[in-house]
Amino acid sequence: MKSLEELKAIRDKARANVNVRGDNSDDIRIVVGMATCGIAAGARPVLNAFTEEIARRGLENVVVTQTGCIGVCQFEPVVEVYVPGKEKVTYVKMTPDKVPSIVTEHIVNGRVVEENTIGAYTK
Amino acid sequence: MKELSLNVLDIAQNSVVAGASLITIEVIEDASKDLLTITVADNGKGMSEEQVKSVIDPFYTTRTTRKVGLGVPLFKMAAEMAGGSLDIKSKPGEGTALTATFTLSHVDRMPIGDMEGTVSALIHMNPDLDFVYSRSVNERSFSLDTREIRQILDGVPLNDSDVNLWINEYLSEGLNEIL
Repeated sequence: MKSLEELKAIRDKARANVNVRGDNSDDIRIVVGMATCGIAAGARPVLNAFTEEIARRGLENVVVTQTGCIGVCQFEPVVEVYVPGKEKVTYVKMTPDKVPSIVTEHIVNGRVVEENTIGAYTK
Repeated sequence: MKELSLNVLDIAQNSVVAGASLITIEVIEDASKDLLTITVADNGKGMSEEQVKSVIDPFYTTRTTRKVGLGVPLFKMAAEMAGGSLDIKSKPGEGTALTATFTLSHVDRMPIGDMEGTVSALIHMNPDLDFVYSRSVNERSFSLDTREIRQILDGVPLNDSDVNLWINEYLSEGLNEIL
């Protein structure tokens, strides 16, 4: 069973990182639509896949968060990626298996995964 | 919705919008009574009697973005499809509790699904709120209370990546213990 000692170790490690990083105004934000439409279409495993992939890769400058209905229910699950200083990118019809490539290509290497964007679907 | 855990996620999102600081999710499977009971309770702003009557109407919502609110009606439908019902208790200023019952063995009962995934997502998305999750299968049970975790973390947020992994593993181990 997971122990509280492990949690204490996590706390100490996280505090050390915060001291190194300072403020978080330059964080990349991954925003998942979590209204009824998004949830019914499969947003929860997508959100959990992002949080696990970010944790697995040890990325410190990325925040995974939620929003309500984005307004394009037919394209759910919808994920918006905000990289400071760049235009927002909207990924649509997301599935957990698309998450690792988006994290690797877009979040880490800065290359948008065009084929999964809303622009590619609406052409 | 394909599984009840998704209904619970959707219902709990209403609690978040209602300004709750504590959300309690309880899942009880009791084979001896052939009964599944799922409760989502919060200490949010609550609803008037009129509003309680309205929330089961799919064409009622307090949102202004669109004119439908499907979360509660879908949960009610899922319960009634499986020989159960949905009860809503709410008081303005105190909070709301939704309790859905299902005949456990009913052929039309949706699977519970990944309830631990729902709890994990809720905690990660709402690191400033507290969640108490308890799940029991007949005589066995486990629970998670973010207030206890928060106390140990002493300022480190609940959506820290490593904390999130710890919570996921805790939930997964807890479920394995009782199944």
